[in-house]
Amino acid sequence: MTGFRRLATLMLAVLALLVGVTSCATRPRSETPAPADDPAAAFPVKVELPGQPPVTLPQQPKRIVSLSPTATETLFAIGAGDQVVAVDQYSDFPPEAPRTDLTSFTADAATIGGHNPDLVIAPDSAAPLAEGLAAAQVPTLLTPAAKDLDEAYRQIEVLGQATGHTREAAELVARMRAEIDEIVRDTPKPPEPLTYYHEVSPDHYTATSQSFVGNVYSLFGLQNIADPAGGDFPQLSEEHIVQANPDLIFVSDVECCQVTAASVGQRPGWDTLDAVREGRVFELDDDVAGRWGPRVVDLVRAIADGVTKAQQG
Amino acid sequence: MTGTALPQTTLRPRHVVAGVAVLVAGVLLSVLLGAAELGWRRVLAEIVAQLTGGVSPLSEREAAILWFLRVPRVVLAVLVGAALAVSGAAFQGVFRNPLADPYLLGAASGAGLAVTVVLTSVPQPGTSVPVQAAAFAGALGGVGLTWVVGRSAGRETATLVLAGVAVGAFLTAAQTFVQQLRVESLQQVYMWILGRLTTTGWREVLIVLPYLVVSAVVLCACARLLDLLGTGDEEAAALGVHPGRVRFLVLVAASLATAAAVSTAGLIGFVGLVVPHLVRLGMGGSFRIIVPMSLLFGGAFLVFADMLARTLLAPAEIPIGVITAFTGAPFFAALLHRRRA
Repeated sequence: MTGFRRLATLMLAVLALLVGVTSCATRPRSETPAPADDPAAAFPVKVELPGQPPVTLPQQPKRIVSLSPTATETLFAIGAGDQVVAVDQYSDFPPEAPRTDLTSFTADAATIGGHNPDLVIAPDSAAPLAEGLAAAQVPTLLTPAAKDLDEAYRQIEVLGQATGHTREAAELVARMRAEIDEIVRDTPKPPEPLTYYHEVSPDHYTATSQSFVGNVYSLFGLQNIADPAGGDFPQLSEEHIVQANPDLIFVSDVECCQVTAASVGQRPGWDTLDAVREGRVFELDDDVAGRWGPRVVDLVRAIADGVTKAQQG
Repeated sequence: MTGTALPQTTLRPRHVVAGVAVLVAGVLLSVLLGAAELGWRRVLAEIVAQLTGGVSPLSEREAAILWFLRVPRVVLAVLVGAALAVSGAAFQGVFRNPLADPYLLGAASGAGLAVTVVLTSVPQPGTSVPVQAAAFAGALGGVGLTWVVGRSAGRETATLVLAGVAVGAFLTAAQTFVQQLRVESLQQVYMWILGRLTTTGWREVLIVLPYLVVSAVVLCACARLLDLLGTGDEEAAALGVHPGRVRFLVLVAASLATAAAVSTAGLIGFVGLVVPHLVRLGMGGSFRIIVPMSLLFGGAFLVFADMLARTLLAPAEIPIGVITAFTGAPFFAALLHRRRA
């Protein structure tokens, strides 16, 4: 029996070597290892996100704590939801995510350790937390905010690798790419570039083209009236917004701050804006507009609707 | 208690003329300049057209920017600056302490706690009304709590100041605790603490105005009494003044003005501390000068500060509290230095 097992292992090893050699000979090596049927076989695995230290996972994590709402959405979308034992209080999607009182701002390593995790995923602002968890031998993956769609895709793929769902993650990314391409392709191109204002908070914090959300708008060739202000999320002068008279206004402070298309029209001076007069103020889902996960497709769709409406006059 | 001699200086016409001139210059510049490039000549032409009933050179949108966004904000800056500076002058007089400021007795920490509670629980209101109401009530509540704590401990003014420190520390701790419960409100609370002069048209102006008028009248009327208090309580009493009543009246008026300013503009630091000092250094030590001149120069100071906040990084904004500290502190230090040399 022992001899047979050893023989089988040896043959498997030879086979694996052959597969490796032939694949090397016939095509360039893909960046991610080919997914095995048994996800656990891909471990140990070393994953790395841009600007963050690499994280090594000795085996497939069975108890994941996510302190990042974007990561939570991604984990459930790639089929790793069963492995998630706790998420932070802002991870409100999908509804079945096991929400707790945790936040990445206030959580300490001891509290998180109480969930007995074998992987913690947190925003990159939680670096001190990662240090504490490292002392407790808990691998922590810090996820920085994506700057553009490619970084968002990369993050989904890395989450797939880290959780043993490489194939599902690749499929999700392929699906997102295809859907976004299709939406953009089917949206009529304006003869002249349209301008837009994307409101993050009622005191006119906004996002420029340098931000992730601004990058998504760029897919449609839209011009951001906030770009002269510089930075990612500047506070824009109200005078500038009214003078710029953007063709489209998107508000993503609907749920947090009860800003609506109607309330925008009631702001002093804003009733002179073309977007207000012609009904081109669009309410976005705050969360969809603020995260870089799978639901970015919904954001793309909302923007496409606005662009389409602007051209139907 | 040994008294100092009564300051002999009285308000001179040239002081008033200087104050009015600086204020008018600030207002005019502020109306001409802004993030929207309307062109100062066209703005002047628009003002003339409005006064003479002529044809407006501005488009409808440009006129809306000028009359609904820029001008109300300039007027609000004048009112808030005046309110903070005159309260600062009053607090410095009551406590005979040049480091007293409008937030000394727990006004800032009370308003901070109340605003934080509203911002974290409502979850942020669509209009600014609940925040303004909370700031106003919180500022008065903070001062009221300080008064109760202080009076229960003694009748010295120093006791009141110490009570203010204790109440302030306690309320600030409470605010931090509430903030930790809902961290996503951090940015809003933070922005409010740095102060802002955004308006929703003329409504904010109308909110602040009555409180400022009442407080200004009371404080100007009490200016002579503040001079008397400066000579010492016994001498003031000998001259027929009831020190306790004067203090109470002045504190109520100054707290009302502070609360009104805080409720619409958040916590704008340094105005209430610096402006009365500048007046004292430049024009004389009598409260009959300091109180009314603080109104004019406080308004002018904040108008200039807000102009910088609106234009320095245009089309982006800078929190006005950053500007007041950035410009006020070095200027103040330089003035102190020059005076010593």
